Amino acid sequence: MRYWSVLFGLAALVCVGVFAYSPFHPDWWLPNLASDPNHTVSTFGREIDSLYVIILVITGVAFIGTQIALVWVTWKYLDRTDAQGRPVRPATYFHGSQRLEVIWTIVPASVLVFIALYQMGTWASIKFRSAAPKVRPLAQVTARQFQWVMTYPGPDGKLNTPDDLHMVNDLHFVKDKTALIYLKSSDVLHSFFLPQMRIKQDAVPGLSIPVWFDSDRAGTFDLACAELCGWGHYKMRGNVTVHENQAEFDDWMQKALEAQNVSQVASSGGSQGEVNPR
Amino acid sequence: MSSEHAASGHDHPRSNGQEAETHGHEHAHGHSHGHGDDHIHPAPSNFLFKYVFSTDHKIIGIQFLISGLIFFVIGGLLAMAVRWQLAWPWAPVPILSQALWSSPAHGYRMPPEFYNKLFTMHASVMIFFVIIPLLTGAFGNFLIPLMIGARDMAFPKLNMFSYWAMPFGMVAIIYSFLVEGGSPEAGWTSYPILSIARYATPGSLNGQTWWLVALLCVGISSLMGSINYITTIIMMRAPGMKMFRMPMTVWGLFITAILQAFALPVLTSALVMQLLDRTAGTNFFSPVGWTVANAPAVVGGGQTLLWQHLFWFYSHPAVYIMILPAMGFVSDVIATFSRKPVFGYKPMVFAIAGIAGLGFIVWGHHMFQSGMNPALGATFMLSTMMIALPSAVKVFNWLGTMWGGRLVMTSAMLNAIAFVAMFVIGGLSGIFMAATPVDMHIHDTYFIVGHIHYVLFGGATFGIFAAIYYWYPKMFGRLMSERWGKVHFFFSFIFFNGTFFLMHIVGMHGMPRRYAEFAMFPYLNNPSMHLMNVIMTYSAFGLGLAQIPFAINFFVSMFAGEKAGPNPWKANSLEWATDSPPPYYNFGTIPTVYHPAYEFSVPGMAEDYLPQTQPRPADAGPLDPVMA
Repeated sequence: MRYWSVLFGLAALVCVGVFAYSPFHPDWWLPNLASDPNHTVSTFGREIDSLYVIILVITGVAFIGTQIALVWVTWKYLDRTDAQGRPVRPATYFHGSQRLEVIWTIVPASVLVFIALYQMGTWASIKFRSAAPKVRPLAQVTARQFQWVMTYPGPDGKLNTPDDLHMVNDLHFVKDKTALIYLKSSDVLHSFFLPQMRIKQDAVPGLSIPVWFDSDRAGTFDLACAELCGWGHYKMRGNVTVHENQAEFDDWMQKALEAQNVSQVASSGGSQGEVNPR
Repeated sequence: MSSEHAASGHDHPRSNGQEAETHGHEHAHGHSHGHGDDHIHPAPSNFLFKYVFSTDHKIIGIQFLISGLIFFVIGGLLAMAVRWQLAWPWAPVPILSQALWSSPAHGYRMPPEFYNKLFTMHASVMIFFVIIPLLTGAFGNFLIPLMIGARDMAFPKLNMFSYWAMPFGMVAIIYSFLVEGGSPEAGWTSYPILSIARYATPGSLNGQTWWLVALLCVGISSLMGSINYITTIIMMRAPGMKMFRMPMTVWGLFITAILQAFALPVLTSALVMQLLDRTAGTNFFSPVGWTVANAPAVVGGGQTLLWQHLFWFYSHPAVYIMILPAMGFVSDVIATFSRKPVFGYKPMVFAIAGIAGLGFIVWGHHMFQSGMNPALGATFMLSTMMIALPSAVKVFNWLGTMWGGRLVMTSAMLNAIAFVAMFVIGGLSGIFMAATPVDMHIHDTYFIVGHIHYVLFGGATFGIFAAIYYWYPKMFGRLMSERWGKVHFFFSFIFFNGTFFLMHIVGMHGMPRRYAEFAMFPYLNNPSMHLMNVIMTYSAFGLGLAQIPFAINFFVSMFAGEKAGPNPWKANSLEWATDSPPPYYNFGTIPTVYHPAYEFSVPGMAEDYLPQTQPRPADAGPLDPVMA
């Protein structure tokens, strides 16, 4: 009954095949801009992607190696009996090999330590507060059921002053400039997820967490909620617009401020919903 | 009284010391057991005490097995409904739509909050009512006394209570569907504030309280069980059964019991804290002056992240609670059907101990993106990377066990090999998430859903299947049908991979978990994503249907299966030294143990197995002191 080793072999082959197919098909790979699917837009994204590929190669080798060994043993050492129903070949009697144990402890251990140390710098530059860029904050983003409330500092450059610009589900920043936001929540846990920029940070009630990211392509991107926040979790979507240059951003800001000042009534109701000051 | 003493075949080892003292006259005998005077109560003749309120570990194990399998069906059906919604969002669900959402307001559509109930309850049922009770409750109870040569657990009545704490939990978790607002919706992780603010989501109105009550019952059951297992294994081993002669199954269950005994009190207190937050107005998890959905503000002063720390301090070790016993089962099954000693028995034991030890210091890897200090995340990353090491060592040792063997492809063996093959995938995908920057992208996406199912279905569940096929004859005295066992395995294996492998791809593409519909997001709304989700859903239905031959096989074989005899697999460990099913007090004579359970194919012997109750032949030489 060597069919079984064939079954295990085919399963492993399909698994490898799926991952071999995926890099060449943007919808099967890490999400990027539809117009430029082979390019990751953010600095952190490129670091994360290369780390992902390194781990994929290492785990891929480990996977293929163990599966070949598995298929081989189930094929080679399958019990066979002769005409009298007696086993053709006895099993070998041994209890292990100290040398092999040492080898297959030390080799994976060093690979794992390598991965652990190799990525430490990337992690620190993405999340450590000491690595936060010394730039003016772009906005304060407050998550609530089920929307993202963006508060941009107005002309005075300060947050929480009367000239602030309040937008709902609309994040804007400028190409090639690091955007720094402060992430808050006004009700339950949420998570600020920019799939194309590979950014994820939970919004925690009671905390204000700095998050920074950039993009080297202008265009529109998605902002998703990645932490279960209630029945409307699946539709807690924000628009992300990356402007070509500062002038374009300022122009948008100017228009948005004018719209807000003209019609406070419209902005407190209607499609933008009520803005929670918290 | 030393263990060397026991090794020489003398019969007053430490493990029986206590018993020997209580029955002082046995000292004088020289041969303490086997004279029929070691105080055996008669088996209860009354049906109620024989099969329902039984103190017999074998009956309690089978009770856990049957109730676990029933809840396996419930959890599976919940998963089917989840998959239906993901493949065909808002399309009428067979039966459910007619029964629940036929009003014009619903228009046969599943409400999104109901979807949240489905995945919350699927995970809660599968983890707390299926996998843990099956692994520790069913097989822990049934196997530990039999495999160490004891007549029963150390505390038979406590053992009975450990089962009868479960039905209260079962009733509570099912009842939560019926209360106003319905069952909980905060996920099996139940993160505050969603879970404590009553108006945050309908399931938090009342259902969450019942969920907490249910988990408290299950937790108390597990605690009573684990104390019993630890005591039994330490105190009640048969003469000669040194710790390093115990089968891997017993080692897996022993270390699991230790994990449970130390981790569960933390979860229990966290559950009580959340219960108090919900019902008594305490503020363990809510910040100052907090409010949700315009409800009156609470006084607050608590910390939301505190729950996550307490929850994962239990629930990460719980992941190992759900895999270590299965690792033990699989080691025994593979050795038996390779007709060969386990490769590196002692390294395997140390690997399990290593996983358990490291398991206590990796909980923070669930919280890399939670707002916890990222520097702390870096240390958790290092410990998480290192826990992959003992897992890898185990895989290599299983391969080494099969290497040079004489593989008999029984249903049990096939499921055990599938465990090894699938656990490799679950283990390797874990490395992606251990790498903190990569985790940033795949955290809370379908990648983690794929990972957990490769560990808990590909690992634990195939391990449970292997264990059921392997020990069924010991439980019921009859063999399960091998043909139907293989049909069950073949389709389970194919559809399991069809259901869960593509989750890595959709997760890598950024599809978040717990979304009732993903098409709202342009980056997800493409034909490939829809296609993959439809394939996964069809495979999930196939996986569900593949369990029908198993269920029929299970119940029909009880009455119509081939008679098994005491040792159908020609295995070595002590449970095969007694009848199938074993008599009320397990062993007519407490056996004496001479060597570890894996002396298969000893050269120069007529038979290819050597039960633990028979000494090794003199010309076989001493056992390898490091490996065996």
